[in-house]
Amino acid sequence: MVKRQKVTRGYRIFQVVNAVVLTGVVVVTLYPFLNIVARSFSDHANVVAGKVNLLPKGFNLKAYEEVVSDSLFWTNYRNTLFYTFTATVIAIVLTTCYAYVLSKPQLKGRGLLVGIAVFTMFFSGGLIPNYILVTSLGLKNSVWAIALPNAISVFNLLVMKAFFESLPSELEEAAAVDGLSTYGILWRIVLPLSKAIVATMVLFYAVSFWNSWFSAFLYMDKQELWPVTVYLRNLIAGATSTAFGGNAVTEGAEALQVGATVKAVAIVLTTLPILLVYPFIQRYFVSGVMLGAVKG
Amino acid sequence: MSTPTVNAPPPGAVRPEPAVTAATRRVKPPKLTWRRALRRDWQLYSLAILPLLFFLVFRYLPMLGNIIAFRRFQPGGSVFGEYWVGLRYVKMFLNDPTFWEVFTNTLILGGLTLLICFPLPIALALMLNEVRTRYLKRFVQSVSYLPHFLSIVIVAGMVMQILSVDGVVNQAVRAAGGDPVAFLQEAGWFRTIYVSSEAWQTVGWGTILYLAALTTIDDDLYEAARIDGASRWRQTWHVTLPGIRPTMVTLLILNIGTFMAVGFEKVLLLYNPLTYPTADVISTYLYRVGIVSGNFSYAAAIGLFEALIGLTLVLSANFISRRTVGASLW
Repeated sequence: MVKRQKVTRGYRIFQVVNAVVLTGVVVVTLYPFLNIVARSFSDHANVVAGKVNLLPKGFNLKAYEEVVSDSLFWTNYRNTLFYTFTATVIAIVLTTCYAYVLSKPQLKGRGLLVGIAVFTMFFSGGLIPNYILVTSLGLKNSVWAIALPNAISVFNLLVMKAFFESLPSELEEAAAVDGLSTYGILWRIVLPLSKAIVATMVLFYAVSFWNSWFSAFLYMDKQELWPVTVYLRNLIAGATSTAFGGNAVTEGAEALQVGATVKAVAIVLTTLPILLVYPFIQRYFVSGVMLGAVKG
Repeated sequence: MSTPTVNAPPPGAVRPEPAVTAATRRVKPPKLTWRRALRRDWQLYSLAILPLLFFLVFRYLPMLGNIIAFRRFQPGGSVFGEYWVGLRYVKMFLNDPTFWEVFTNTLILGGLTLLICFPLPIALALMLNEVRTRYLKRFVQSVSYLPHFLSIVIVAGMVMQILSVDGVVNQAVRAAGGDPVAFLQEAGWFRTIYVSSEAWQTVGWGTILYLAALTTIDDDLYEAARIDGASRWRQTWHVTLPGIRPTMVTLLILNIGTFMAVGFEKVLLLYNPLTYPTADVISTYLYRVGIVSGNFSYAAAIGLFEALIGLTLVLSANFISRRTVGASLW
């Protein structure tokens, strides 16, 4: 649209400023990552002395050895994998079923079924009743405490519903004429056509479960049950973790600095999987969000 | 993925029904009774059973569970409390000076977040939209989306590392001749830290919907504006911004809906007793009162109050925007 407009001097200046600001955005976004990586590879004394910026000072792998040799770290990493997998499977099954039902315009009571889901976006029971519920159901210290209370994200549900609504109804009608049951239609006609959206949903859920920490923090009493996010949380909180209701006044600068490099390493090691898959999953996320926006 | 949906009819639209197949399956009586609907679609309804059970147990039951805000609750006793105490807990928090402190903090923190983190994605989207080099635009987008994918724990960890006494920010302070500041231990810094880390994590991702909306603006509008002699700034003001207004309104209403719940998890990770005067918000306060100290009923009363304010805010924002700009969520 701008091609044919004549390029004024003001516009050229704008383009330069624009480029500078956008470069600034890129730098500000990446700087913390590079700094943490540099800290993780640096000598502890240099880190504590505040000498590490973008490049490691006194390159060594001691902190990595320390974290990697901690068996709790690996136990917790395994837990994260297990929780993410279980919770994602449950979430996908429930979301797909409900989204498919909601996508049928001729279904009686459909408006009510949509309303039941959408209302929970704007009003929720809150932390305390949820806590009491999960505790009294006996879900504490099990994967169910993480998976069940978060089994359906209404946003994801609406994205999937929008996708199902966009599928041509003729195929399903033809299949029904051929005597296929609703389950058969969903399993053999609809789902094979919906591989892309199912993959997107798997990513949405998997990333959110992988990143979650609060449910586990709340419901897992034993450290061998923690996911890696809680491991990281306790590590970075360090002395502050006892400060919930206690006093951090006594906590000296020394306590904060203990394991400064170890904290950096733990951050790097938990971020790494996300960074590795990020280039491949990014576009699915973008298209999923757009799908939700167009229809939601 | 998004191409087919764009062309698809809106959800409420009636599909043109192929006459032949309609005759075989849907001989629709004018009024569909529940009995008929159940007989015809019982398989569909059966697919909804488990999801409905989920909503019932994990969403609506906790709403009912809020009844303990008006009842005496004993750990290990009934989920819905032992006996009625009326408005005792409501009066309790209304007379609690700490409650009003965290209430104010919530409003300030939520307000600042809205003020900073709502317009920034719009600005960034407009700037990205002016980038003529395609791969450059892609690169900036990819980089700026990245923080969105990180766990809040990782973000908090990074913030702590960067702002620690030996971190990069204090290196700059020292280079400028100042004394290092223990940023996270000082109440005066918390709001700045919270809002800027929030911006760092959300602004890039927030541009997606605006960029999508920008592509839908008709080129003819720009053409016409240009013929009328509109400068680029005027085109932005009179064509671009009105073009993305529905998106802006929708996102604003959604943001207002989460206003009261201001980043509970992040505050929990970043605050400490030293920063309570500015950092402690309603949700973290009720977490400490309820889960840490075990005053479930009192905390539930506060939580219910918070949720009701949230619901009121989103409903009134929706109402106002429907009346004034004609765009709304429902």
